[in-house]
Amino acid sequence: MALNGVSLEIEPKETIALIGQNGGGKTTLAKQFNGLLKPSKGRVLVKGIETREIPTNKLALTVGYVFQNPSHQIFSSKVWDEVAFGPKNAGFSEQEIEERTKWAIGAVGLSGSEQTHPYDLDYGKMKLLTIASIMSIKPEVYCLDEPTTGQDHQGRRRVAELIQDLNESGSTVIVITHDMRFVAEVAKRIVLVAAGNIVADGPTREIFEKTDILAKAQIRPPQITQLAQALGDCGVRRNLMTVREAADSIGAMIARGKGRGSKLA
Amino acid sequence: MPADEVSVQVDNLTFGYPGHAYVLREINLRVLKGEMFGIIGSNGAGKSTLCKAFNGLVPQFYGGTYGGEVTVSGMNVMKHTVAELSLKVGLVFQEPTNQFSGVSTRVDEEVAFGMSMMGFQREEMTDRITDSLRKVGLEGLENRSPFELSGGQQQRLAIATVLAVKPEVIVMDEPTAQLDPVGKTEVLETMRALNREGYTIIVAEHEIEELATFADRIIALNEGRIVLEGSTRNVLTQIEQLKKIGVDPPSITELSHLMATKAGFTPEEYPITLDEAITLYRDRIRGAS
Repeated sequence: MALNGVSLEIEPKETIALIGQNGGGKTTLAKQFNGLLKPSKGRVLVKGIETREIPTNKLALTVGYVFQNPSHQIFSSKVWDEVAFGPKNAGFSEQEIEERTKWAIGAVGLSGSEQTHPYDLDYGKMKLLTIASIMSIKPEVYCLDEPTTGQDHQGRRRVAELIQDLNESGSTVIVITHDMRFVAEVAKRIVLVAAGNIVADGPTREIFEKTDILAKAQIRPPQITQLAQALGDCGVRRNLMTVREAADSIGAMIARGKGRGSKLA
Repeated sequence: MPADEVSVQVDNLTFGYPGHAYVLREINLRVLKGEMFGIIGSNGAGKSTLCKAFNGLVPQFYGGTYGGEVTVSGMNVMKHTVAELSLKVGLVFQEPTNQFSGVSTRVDEEVAFGMSMMGFQREEMTDRITDSLRKVGLEGLENRSPFELSGGQQQRLAIATVLAVKPEVIVMDEPTAQLDPVGKTEVLETMRALNREGYTIIVAEHEIEELATFADRIIALNEGRIVLEGSTRNVLTQIEQLKKIGVDPPSITELSHLMATKAGFTPEEYPITLDEAITLYRDRIRGAS
Protein backbone atom coordinates (compact mmCIF):
# COMPACT_ATOMS: atom_id res chain seq x y z
CA MET A 1 0.00 0.00 0.00
CA ALA A 2 1.66 3.24 -1.17
CA LEU A 3 -0.60 5.38 1.04
CA ASN A 4 -2.35 4.18 4.13
CA GLY A 5 -5.09 6.21 5.79
CA VAL A 6 -3.91 9.69 4.88
CA SER A 7 -6.05 12.69 5.86
CA LEU A 8 -5.16 16.17 4.72
CA GLU A 9 -6.87 19.48 4.01
CA ILE A 10 -5.37 22.19 1.87
CA GLU A 11 -6.76 25.71 1.92
CA PRO A 12 -6.78 28.01 -1.10
CA LYS A 13 -3.55 30.04 -1.56
CA GLU A 14 -1.38 27.84 0.63
CA THR A 15 2.22 27.06 -0.25
CA ILE A 16 3.00 23.54 0.90
CA ALA A 17 6.15 21.46 0.72
CA LEU A 18 5.65 17.70 0.57
CA ILE A 19 8.86 16.26 1.93
CA GLY A 20 10.15 12.81 2.85
CA GLN A 21 12.39 10.10 1.45
CA ASN A 22 11.83 8.54 -1.95
CA GLY A 23 9.41 5.66 -1.78
CA GLY A 24 7.55 7.21 1.16
CA GLY A 25 4.48 8.23 -0.88
CA LYS A 26 4.93 11.94 -1.69
CA THR A 27 4.37 11.61 -5.42
CA THR A 28 1.56 9.09 -4.95
CA LEU A 29 -0.16 11.57 -2.67
CA ALA A 30 0.34 14.51 -5.03
CA LYS A 31 -1.02 12.52 -7.97
CA GLN A 32 -4.25 12.09 -6.03
CA PHE A 33 -4.79 15.83 -6.12
CA ASN A 34 -5.36 16.01 -9.86
CA GLY A 35 -6.90 12.59 -10.32
CA LEU A 36 -3.89 10.96 -12.00
CA LEU A 37 -4.41 8.41 -9.26
CA LYS A 38 -7.72 7.70 -7.51
CA PRO A 39 -7.96 6.35 -3.97
CA SER A 40 -8.62 2.64 -3.57
CA LYS A 41 -10.32 3.52 -0.28
CA GLY A 42 -11.43 6.84 1.17
CA ARG A 43 -11.98 9.94 -0.94
CA VAL A 44 -10.24 12.97 -2.33
CA LEU A 45 -12.25 16.16 -2.82
CA VAL A 46 -11.12 19.02 -5.01
CA LYS A 47 -13.26 22.10 -4.47
CA GLY A 48 -15.82 19.87 -2.81
CA ILE A 49 -16.13 17.36 -5.65
CA GLU A 50 -14.81 13.81 -5.43
CA THR A 51 -11.98 13.17 -7.87
CA ARG A 52 -13.65 9.89 -8.81
CA GLU A 53 -16.55 11.89 -10.27
CA ILE A 54 -14.50 14.26 -12.40
CA PRO A 55 -12.67 13.16 -15.56
CA THR A 56 -8.93 13.74 -15.18
CA ASN A 57 -8.82 16.06 -18.20
CA LYS A 58 -11.36 18.36 -16.49
CA LEU A 59 -9.57 18.18 -13.17
CA ALA A 60 -6.32 19.12 -14.91
CA LEU A 61 -7.81 22.59 -15.53
CA THR A 62 -8.07 23.11 -11.76
CA VAL A 63 -5.02 21.20 -10.55
CA GLY A 64 -1.93 21.34 -12.74
CA TYR A 65 0.74 18.68 -12.27
CA VAL A 66 4.36 19.20 -13.29
CA PHE A 67 6.24 15.90 -13.49
CA GLN A 68 9.62 15.33 -11.93
CA ASN A 69 11.14 14.06 -15.15
CA PRO A 70 10.61 16.61 -17.94
CA SER A 71 10.87 13.93 -20.61
CA HIS A 72 7.74 12.30 -19.13
CA GLN A 73 5.84 15.46 -19.93
CA ILE A 74 7.35 17.09 -23.02
CA PHE A 75 6.11 15.84 -26.38
CA SER A 76 6.16 18.84 -28.76
CA SER A 77 9.04 19.75 -31.03
CA LYS A 78 8.86 23.46 -30.22
CA VAL A 79 8.77 25.34 -26.93
CA TRP A 80 5.81 27.42 -28.15
CA ASP A 81 3.73 24.36 -29.11
CA GLU A 82 4.46 22.66 -25.82
CA VAL A 83 3.14 25.64 -23.85
CA ALA A 84 0.22 26.29 -26.23
CA PHE A 85 -1.01 22.71 -26.00
CA GLY A 86 -2.83 23.07 -22.67
CA PRO A 87 -4.96 26.10 -23.52
CA LYS A 88 -5.54 24.74 -27.04
CA ASN A 89 -6.73 21.46 -25.61
CA ALA A 90 -8.97 23.30 -23.16
CA GLY A 91 -10.70 24.98 -26.11
CA PHE A 92 -9.67 28.61 -25.60
CA SER A 93 -9.87 31.12 -28.48
CA GLU A 94 -6.84 31.63 -30.72
CA GLN A 95 -6.20 35.00 -29.12
CA GLU A 96 -6.47 33.61 -25.61
CA ILE A 97 -4.12 30.73 -26.48
CA GLU A 98 -1.61 33.20 -27.87
CA GLU A 99 -1.81 35.47 -24.83
CA ARG A 100 -1.50 32.67 -22.31
CA THR A 101 1.37 31.01 -24.14
CA LYS A 102 3.31 34.22 -24.44
CA TRP A 103 2.69 35.07 -20.79
CA ALA A 104 3.76 31.65 -19.49
CA ILE A 105 6.91 31.48 -21.62
CA GLY A 106 7.86 34.98 -20.46
CA ALA A 107 7.14 34.20 -16.81
CA VAL A 108 9.65 31.33 -16.72
CA GLY A 109 12.28 33.34 -18.59
CA LEU A 110 12.17 31.43 -21.88
CA SER A 111 11.20 34.35 -24.15
CA GLY A 112 13.31 34.16 -27.29
CA SER A 113 13.37 30.33 -27.21
CA GLU A 114 9.84 29.88 -28.61
CA GLN A 115 11.03 28.01 -31.70
CA THR A 116 13.68 25.94 -29.89
CA HIS A 117 13.29 22.18 -29.66
CA PRO A 118 12.61 21.39 -25.97
CA TYR A 119 15.36 18.77 -25.93
CA ASP A 120 17.88 21.38 -27.05
CA LEU A 121 17.29 23.24 -23.77
CA ASP A 122 19.50 22.42 -20.81
CA TYR A 123 17.90 20.34 -18.09
CA GLY A 124 17.05 23.29 -15.86
CA LYS A 125 15.33 25.16 -18.66
CA MET A 126 13.49 22.03 -19.70
CA LYS A 127 12.02 21.90 -16.22
CA LEU A 128 11.03 25.55 -16.44
CA LEU A 129 9.33 24.75 -19.74
CA THR A 130 7.27 22.02 -18.09
CA ILE A 131 6.13 24.56 -15.51
CA ALA A 132 5.22 27.06 -18.26
CA SER A 133 3.17 24.44 -20.07
CA ILE A 134 1.03 24.06 -16.94
CA MET A 135 0.94 27.81 -16.20
CA SER A 136 -0.69 28.46 -19.58
CA ILE A 137 -3.71 26.52 -18.33
CA LYS A 138 -3.82 28.87 -15.30
CA PRO A 139 -4.89 26.20 -12.83
CA GLU A 140 -5.90 27.21 -9.30
CA VAL A 141 -3.58 24.62 -7.81
CA TYR A 142 -0.07 23.68 -8.90
CA CYS A 143 1.65 20.44 -7.96
CA LEU A 144 5.36 20.65 -8.76
CA ASP A 145 7.29 17.39 -8.42
CA GLU A 146 10.94 18.15 -7.55
CA PRO A 147 11.22 21.38 -9.55
CA THR A 148 14.75 22.10 -8.27
CA THR A 149 16.33 18.74 -9.11
CA GLY A 150 19.10 19.28 -11.66
CA GLN A 151 18.82 23.07 -11.38
CA ASP A 152 21.82 25.23 -10.67
CA HIS A 153 21.55 27.91 -8.00
CA GLN A 154 20.14 30.52 -10.36
CA GLY A 155 17.58 28.07 -11.69
CA ARG A 156 16.62 27.20 -8.14
CA ARG A 157 16.13 30.86 -7.32
CA ARG A 158 14.07 31.38 -10.48
CA VAL A 159 11.75 28.54 -9.48
CA ALA A 160 11.47 30.00 -5.96
CA GLU A 161 10.50 33.42 -7.35
CA LEU A 162 8.06 31.83 -9.76
CA ILE A 163 6.32 30.01 -6.92
CA GLN A 164 6.11 33.24 -4.91
CA ASP A 165 4.63 35.08 -7.91
CA LEU A 166 2.08 32.33 -8.58
CA ASN A 167 1.11 32.31 -4.94
CA GLU A 168 0.79 36.09 -4.76
CA SER A 169 -1.49 36.03 -7.78
CA GLY A 170 -3.79 33.66 -5.90
CA SER A 171 -2.63 30.13 -6.73
CA THR A 172 -2.20 27.29 -4.30
CA VAL A 173 1.22 25.68 -4.74
CA ILE A 174 2.18 22.20 -3.57
CA VAL A 175 5.82 21.37 -4.14
CA ILE A 176 7.56 18.04 -3.69
CA THR A 177 11.19 18.62 -2.84
CA HIS A 178 14.27 17.38 -1.01
CA ASP A 179 15.86 20.83 -0.85
CA MET A 180 15.25 22.24 2.63
CA ARG A 181 16.82 25.62 1.88
CA PHE A 182 14.28 25.91 -0.91
CA VAL A 183 11.48 24.82 1.44
CA ALA A 184 12.49 27.54 3.90
CA GLU A 185 12.26 30.11 1.12
CA VAL A 186 8.98 29.12 -0.53
CA ALA A 187 6.74 27.00 1.69
CA LYS A 188 4.71 28.21 4.65
CA ARG A 189 3.64 24.69 5.54
CA ILE A 190 5.39 21.32 5.52
CA VAL A 191 3.75 17.95 5.12
CA LEU A 192 6.22 15.17 5.88
CA VAL A 193 5.30 11.85 4.28
CA ALA A 194 6.95 8.57 5.28
CA ALA A 195 5.94 4.94 4.81
CA GLY A 196 2.62 5.90 3.24
CA ASN A 197 1.52 8.24 5.96
CA ILE A 198 1.76 11.85 7.10
CA VAL A 199 4.16 11.91 10.04
CA ALA A 200 4.28 15.69 10.50
CA ASP A 201 2.15 18.56 9.24
CA GLY A 202 2.45 22.18 10.25
CA PRO A 203 4.07 25.57 9.67
CA THR A 204 7.54 25.24 8.14
CA ARG A 205 9.27 26.85 11.09
CA GLU A 206 7.62 24.50 13.58
CA ILE A 207 8.37 21.37 11.57
CA PHE A 208 12.04 22.32 11.28
CA GLU A 209 12.15 22.28 15.07
CA LYS A 210 10.99 18.68 15.22
CA THR A 211 14.50 17.39 14.80
CA ASP A 212 13.70 13.87 16.01
CA ILE A 213 10.99 13.28 13.44
CA LEU A 214 13.12 14.85 10.71
CA ALA A 215 16.16 12.77 11.62
CA LYS A 216 14.06 9.62 11.44
CA ALA A 217 13.13 10.59 7.89
CA GLN A 218 16.82 11.38 7.23
CA ILE A 219 16.05 15.04 6.61
CA ARG A 220 18.28 17.85 7.78
CA PRO A 221 16.83 21.35 8.16
CA PRO A 222 18.56 24.17 6.24
CA GLN A 223 22.16 24.88 7.30
CA ILE A 224 21.11 28.15 8.97
CA THR A 225 18.49 26.34 11.06
CA GLN A 226 21.05 23.70 12.02
CA LEU A 227 23.36 26.51 13.16
CA ALA A 228 20.58 28.17 15.16
CA GLN A 229 19.68 24.87 16.81
CA ALA A 230 23.30 24.19 17.75
CA LEU A 231 23.52 27.68 19.26
CA GLY A 232 20.22 27.35 21.09
CA ASP A 233 22.11 26.85 24.37
CA CYS A 234 23.63 30.33 23.90
CA GLY A 235 20.17 31.85 23.63
CA VAL A 236 19.87 31.91 19.84
CA ARG A 237 16.30 31.40 18.53
CA ARG A 238 16.21 27.80 17.39
CA ASN A 239 13.86 28.38 14.48
CA LEU A 240 15.85 30.78 12.31
CA MET A 241 15.55 29.81 8.65
CA THR A 242 17.23 32.36 6.41
CA VAL A 243 20.62 34.03 6.24
CA ARG A 244 19.04 37.45 6.74
CA GLU A 245 17.09 36.38 9.83
CA ALA A 246 20.19 34.83 11.32
CA ALA A 247 22.31 37.91 10.59
CA ASP A 248 19.77 40.15 12.32
CA SER A 249 19.27 37.90 15.30
CA ILE A 250 22.84 36.72 15.98
CA GLY A 251 24.24 40.11 14.96
CA ALA A 252 22.01 41.82 17.53
CA MET A 253 23.11 39.41 20.27
CA ILE A 254 26.78 40.08 19.63
CA ALA A 255 26.23 43.84 19.31
CA ARG A 256 24.17 43.97 22.52
CA GLY A 257 26.87 42.11 24.38
CA LYS A 258 29.51 44.47 23.08
CA GLY A 259 27.41 47.51 23.98
CA ARG A 260 26.99 46.26 27.51
CA GLY A 261 30.67 45.43 27.71
CA SER A 262 31.71 48.93 26.78
CA LYS A 263 29.29 50.50 29.24
CA LEU A 264 30.80 48.46 32.03
CA ALA A 265 34.27 49.49 30.96
CA MET B 1 49.54 13.07 -0.06
CA PRO B 2 52.72 13.42 -2.13
CA ALA B 3 53.37 17.12 -2.24
CA ASP B 4 53.82 17.73 -5.90
CA GLU B 5 53.04 14.75 -8.07
CA VAL B 6 50.84 16.11 -10.83
CA SER B 7 48.04 13.82 -11.93
CA VAL B 8 46.21 16.06 -14.36
CA GLN B 9 47.60 19.08 -16.13
CA VAL B 10 45.67 21.42 -18.37
CA ASP B 11 47.54 24.09 -20.31
CA ASN B 12 45.75 26.84 -22.16
CA LEU B 13 42.78 24.67 -23.08
CA THR B 14 40.29 26.32 -25.40
CA PHE B 15 37.40 24.43 -26.93
CA GLY B 16 34.22 24.97 -28.93
CA TYR B 17 31.73 22.33 -30.09
CA PRO B 18 31.36 22.15 -33.88
CA GLY B 19 29.59 25.25 -35.15
CA HIS B 20 29.40 26.87 -31.71
CA ALA B 21 31.30 29.56 -29.84
CA TYR B 22 34.03 28.56 -27.39
CA VAL B 23 32.74 26.93 -24.21
CA LEU B 24 36.17 26.67 -22.59
CA ARG B 25 38.69 29.48 -22.79
CA GLU B 26 42.32 29.44 -21.73
CA ILE B 27 41.92 26.91 -18.95
CA ASN B 28 45.04 26.24 -16.93
CA LEU B 29 45.06 23.91 -13.98
CA ARG B 30 46.97 21.20 -12.18
CA VAL B 31 45.41 18.49 -10.08
CA LEU B 32 47.79 16.73 -7.73
CA LYS B 33 47.77 13.02 -7.13
CA GLY B 34 45.35 12.14 -4.34
CA GLU B 35 43.57 15.48 -4.40
CA MET B 36 39.83 16.04 -4.14
CA PHE B 37 39.33 18.77 -6.69
CA GLY B 38 36.01 20.59 -7.04
CA ILE B 39 34.59 22.38 -10.08
CA ILE B 40 31.74 24.82 -9.45
CA GLY B 41 29.76 27.20 -11.63
CA SER B 42 26.32 27.67 -13.19
CA ASN B 43 24.87 25.31 -15.78
CA GLY B 44 26.44 26.26 -19.09
CA ALA B 45 29.66 27.53 -17.48
CA GLY B 46 31.67 24.68 -19.04
CA LYS B 47 31.89 22.18 -16.16
CA SER B 48 30.67 19.15 -18.12
CA THR B 49 32.79 19.99 -21.14
CA LEU B 50 35.86 20.29 -18.96
CA CYS B 51 35.05 16.93 -17.34
CA LYS B 52 34.89 15.35 -20.80
CA ALA B 53 38.22 16.93 -21.75
CA PHE B 54 39.98 14.94 -19.01
CA ASN B 55 39.50 11.61 -20.78
CA GLY B 56 39.68 12.90 -24.32
CA LEU B 57 35.96 12.60 -25.16
CA VAL B 58 36.43 16.32 -25.84
CA PRO B 59 37.53 16.62 -28.61
CA GLN B 60 37.91 13.05 -29.87
CA PHE B 61 34.22 12.13 -29.75
CA TYR B 62 32.66 15.57 -30.14
CA GLY B 63 35.00 17.18 -32.67
CA GLY B 64 35.06 20.97 -32.67
CA THR B 65 37.78 23.57 -32.25
CA TYR B 66 40.45 22.59 -29.76
CA GLY B 67 43.55 24.37 -28.56
CA GLY B 68 45.98 23.76 -25.72
CA GLU B 69 46.99 20.56 -23.98
CA VAL B 70 45.49 18.16 -21.46
CA THR B 71 47.82 15.62 -19.86
CA VAL B 72 46.60 12.85 -17.58
CA SER B 73 49.08 10.54 -15.85
CA GLY B 74 51.65 11.77 -18.28
CA MET B 75 49.49 10.96 -21.33
CA ASN B 76 48.56 13.75 -23.71
CA VAL B 77 44.88 13.11 -24.40
CA MET B 78 45.30 13.98 -28.07
CA LYS B 79 47.91 11.29 -28.53
CA HIS B 80 45.92 8.40 -27.08
CA THR B 81 42.54 6.87 -27.82
CA VAL B 82 39.64 7.37 -25.41
CA ALA B 83 39.84 3.61 -24.73
CA GLU B 84 43.48 3.92 -23.65
CA LEU B 85 42.70 6.99 -21.58
CA SER B 86 39.80 5.19 -19.91
CA LEU B 87 42.33 2.97 -18.17
CA LYS B 88 43.67 6.07 -16.41
CA VAL B 89 40.60 8.28 -16.09
CA GLY B 90 37.13 7.09 -15.17
CA LEU B 91 34.17 9.34 -15.97
CA VAL B 92 30.93 9.22 -13.96
CA PHE B 93 27.92 11.10 -15.30
CA GLN B 94 24.97 12.84 -13.66
CA GLU B 95 22.42 10.23 -14.70
CA PRO B 96 23.66 6.72 -13.81
CA THR B 97 21.19 5.00 -16.12
CA ASN B 98 22.71 6.87 -19.08
CA GLN B 99 26.00 5.25 -18.19
CA PHE B 100 24.71 1.69 -17.92
CA SER B 101 25.21 -0.60 -20.88
CA GLY B 102 21.48 -1.41 -20.84
CA VAL B 103 22.27 -5.03 -21.71
CA SER B 104 23.26 -6.31 -18.28
CA THR B 105 20.56 -7.84 -16.13
CA ARG B 106 22.81 -8.18 -13.11
CA VAL B 107 24.92 -5.75 -11.13
CA ASP B 108 28.09 -7.85 -11.50
CA GLU B 109 27.55 -8.19 -15.27
CA GLU B 110 27.31 -4.42 -15.52
CA VAL B 111 30.68 -4.06 -13.84
CA ALA B 112 32.06 -6.75 -16.16
CA PHE B 113 30.69 -5.08 -19.28
CA GLY B 114 33.15 -2.20 -19.42
CA MET B 115 36.09 -4.49 -18.73
CA SER B 116 35.03 -6.98 -21.40
CA MET B 117 34.86 -4.13 -23.90
CA MET B 118 38.45 -3.39 -22.99
CA GLY B 119 39.59 -6.96 -23.44
CA PHE B 120 40.19 -8.03 -19.83
CA GLN B 121 40.48 -11.76 -19.16
CA ARG B 122 37.73 -13.50 -17.25
CA GLU B 123 39.86 -14.53 -14.24
CA GLU B 124 41.08 -11.02 -13.74
CA MET B 125 37.57 -9.63 -14.05
CA THR B 126 36.16 -11.68 -11.18
CA ASP B 127 38.53 -10.21 -8.63
CA ARG B 128 38.05 -6.71 -9.91
CA ILE B 129 34.25 -7.01 -9.78
CA THR B 130 34.35 -8.16 -6.15
CA ASP B 131 36.82 -5.46 -5.24
CA SER B 132 35.03 -2.56 -6.91
CA LEU B 133 31.57 -3.53 -5.62
CA ARG B 134 33.01 -3.72 -2.12
CA LYS B 135 34.58 -0.29 -2.45
CA VAL B 136 31.22 1.28 -3.26
CA GLY B 137 29.33 -0.80 -0.69
CA LEU B 138 27.26 -2.85 -3.13
CA GLU B 139 28.54 -6.28 -2.12
CA GLY B 140 25.65 -8.70 -1.76
CA LEU B 141 23.67 -7.10 -4.58
CA GLU B 142 25.61 -8.84 -7.40
CA ASN B 143 22.59 -10.60 -8.86
CA ARG B 144 20.13 -7.70 -8.70
CA SER B 145 19.11 -5.86 -11.85
CA PRO B 146 20.83 -2.46 -12.17
CA PHE B 147 17.40 -0.99 -12.85
CA GLU B 148 15.95 -2.25 -9.56
CA LEU B 149 18.47 -0.31 -7.51
CA SER B 150 17.78 2.98 -5.74
CA GLY B 151 19.22 6.14 -7.30
CA GLY B 152 22.13 6.21 -4.86
CA GLN B 153 22.88 2.53 -5.49
CA GLN B 154 22.76 3.06 -9.26
CA GLN B 155 25.23 5.91 -9.03
CA ARG B 156 27.52 3.81 -6.84
CA LEU B 157 27.27 1.03 -9.42
CA ALA B 158 28.31 3.53 -12.09
CA ILE B 159 31.31 4.39 -9.92
CA ALA B 160 32.09 0.66 -9.51
CA THR B 161 32.10 0.11 -13.27
CA VAL B 162 34.71 2.85 -13.50
CA LEU B 163 36.73 1.55 -10.51
CA ALA B 164 36.98 -1.94 -11.98
CA VAL B 165 39.38 -0.61 -14.58
CA LYS B 166 41.56 0.74 -11.74
CA PRO B 167 41.95 4.26 -13.02
CA GLU B 168 44.18 6.79 -11.33
CA VAL B 169 41.69 9.63 -11.63
CA ILE B 170 37.93 9.56 -11.23
CA VAL B 171 36.03 12.46 -12.78
CA MET B 172 32.43 12.94 -11.68
CA ASP B 173 30.04 15.30 -13.37
CA GLU B 174 27.35 16.33 -10.86
CA PRO B 175 27.08 12.79 -9.51
CA THR B 176 24.49 13.71 -6.86
CA ALA B 177 22.27 16.10 -8.84
CA GLN B 178 19.49 13.59 -9.49
CA LEU B 179 19.57 11.88 -6.09
CA ASP B 180 17.49 12.20 -2.94
CA PRO B 181 19.28 13.08 0.33
CA VAL B 182 19.96 9.44 1.22
CA GLY B 183 21.41 8.80 -2.23
CA LYS B 184 23.44 12.01 -2.10
CA THR B 185 24.96 11.00 1.23
CA GLU B 186 25.78 7.50 -0.07
CA VAL B 187 27.59 8.86 -3.11
CA LEU B 188 29.41 11.62 -1.21
CA GLU B 189 30.58 9.10 1.41
CA THR B 190 31.78 6.79 -1.36
CA MET B 191 33.74 9.65 -2.91
CA ARG B 192 35.32 10.49 0.42
CA ALA B 193 36.29 6.86 1.03
CA LEU B 194 37.85 6.51 -2.43
CA ASN B 195 39.78 9.72 -1.94
CA ARG B 196 41.09 8.45 1.39
CA GLU B 197 42.28 5.33 -0.45
CA GLY B 198 44.37 7.56 -2.64
CA TYR B 199 42.25 8.08 -5.74
CA THR B 200 42.48 11.49 -7.34
CA ILE B 201 38.92 12.78 -7.64
CA ILE B 202 37.68 15.65 -9.75
CA VAL B 203 34.04 16.51 -9.12
CA ALA B 204 31.69 19.07 -10.64
CA GLU B 205 29.08 19.79 -7.99
CA HIS B 206 26.30 22.22 -7.05
CA GLU B 207 26.19 20.94 -3.47
CA ILE B 208 28.49 23.65 -2.17
CA GLU B 209 27.77 23.08 1.51
CA GLU B 210 28.90 19.46 1.09
CA LEU B 211 31.87 20.30 -1.12
CA ALA B 212 33.04 22.70 1.60
CA THR B 213 33.55 19.78 3.96
CA PHE B 214 35.82 17.68 1.79
CA ALA B 215 37.32 19.37 -1.28
CA ASP B 216 41.02 20.26 -1.13
CA ARG B 217 40.87 22.83 -3.89
CA ILE B 218 38.16 24.35 -6.07
CA ILE B 219 37.93 26.20 -9.35
CA ALA B 220 34.89 28.29 -10.26
CA LEU B 221 34.01 28.50 -13.94
CA ASN B 222 32.01 31.23 -15.61
CA GLU B 223 31.36 31.42 -19.32
CA GLY B 224 34.14 28.93 -19.99
CA ARG B 225 36.82 30.67 -17.96
CA ILE B 226 38.30 29.99 -14.55
CA VAL B 227 37.29 33.00 -12.46
CA LEU B 228 38.28 31.75 -9.02
CA GLU B 229 40.78 29.11 -7.98
CA GLY B 230 42.52 28.10 -4.82
CA SER B 231 41.97 26.28 -1.57
CA THR B 232 38.35 25.46 -0.82
CA ARG B 233 38.33 28.16 1.85
CA ASN B 234 39.79 30.82 -0.40
CA VAL B 235 37.26 30.17 -3.12
CA LEU B 236 34.14 29.71 -0.99
CA THR B 237 34.73 32.89 1.00
CA GLN B 238 34.71 35.08 -2.14
CA ILE B 239 31.03 35.77 -1.52
CA GLU B 240 30.51 38.66 -3.93
CA GLN B 241 32.35 36.99 -6.81
CA LEU B 242 30.51 33.73 -6.32
CA LYS B 243 27.15 35.49 -6.33
CA LYS B 244 28.13 37.39 -9.45
CA ILE B 245 28.57 34.11 -11.31
CA GLY B 246 25.35 32.66 -9.91
CA VAL B 247 26.81 30.36 -7.28
CA ASP B 248 25.39 30.42 -3.76
CA PRO B 249 28.13 30.07 -1.13
CA PRO B 250 27.40 27.94 1.96
CA SER B 251 24.62 29.69 3.95
CA ILE B 252 26.78 30.04 7.03
CA THR B 253 29.59 31.64 5.00
CA GLU B 254 27.12 34.07 3.48
CA LEU B 255 25.84 34.79 6.98
CA SER B 256 29.30 35.78 8.16
CA HIS B 257 29.75 38.01 5.15
CA LEU B 258 26.40 39.70 5.74
CA MET B 259 27.26 40.29 9.38
CA ALA B 260 30.68 41.64 8.44
CA THR B 261 29.26 44.10 5.90
CA LYS B 262 26.12 45.12 7.81
CA ALA B 263 26.95 44.68 11.47
CA GLY B 264 30.71 45.19 11.44
CA PHE B 265 31.26 41.72 12.84
CA THR B 266 34.42 40.62 11.06
CA PRO B 267 35.95 37.30 12.01
CA GLU B 268 39.55 36.57 11.04
CA GLU B 269 38.27 34.15 8.46
CA TYR B 270 34.76 33.22 7.39
CA PRO B 271 33.62 29.73 8.38
CA ILE B 272 32.86 27.41 5.46
CA THR B 273 31.45 24.44 7.35
CA LEU B 274 28.65 24.18 9.88
CA ASP B 275 31.04 23.02 12.61
CA GLU B 276 33.32 25.99 12.07
CA ALA B 277 30.35 28.34 12.20
CA ILE B 278 29.04 26.83 15.43
CA THR B 279 32.43 27.25 17.10
CA LEU B 280 32.88 30.80 15.84
CA TYR B 281 29.47 32.11 16.88
CA ARG B 282 29.41 30.27 20.18
CA ASP B 283 32.69 31.97 21.11
CA ARG B 284 31.51 35.38 19.96
CA ILE B 285 28.12 35.20 21.67
CA ARG B 286 29.66 33.96 24.90
CA GLY B 287 32.43 36.50 24.63
CA ALA B 288 29.84 39.24 24.17
CA SER B 289 27.59 38.34 27.08
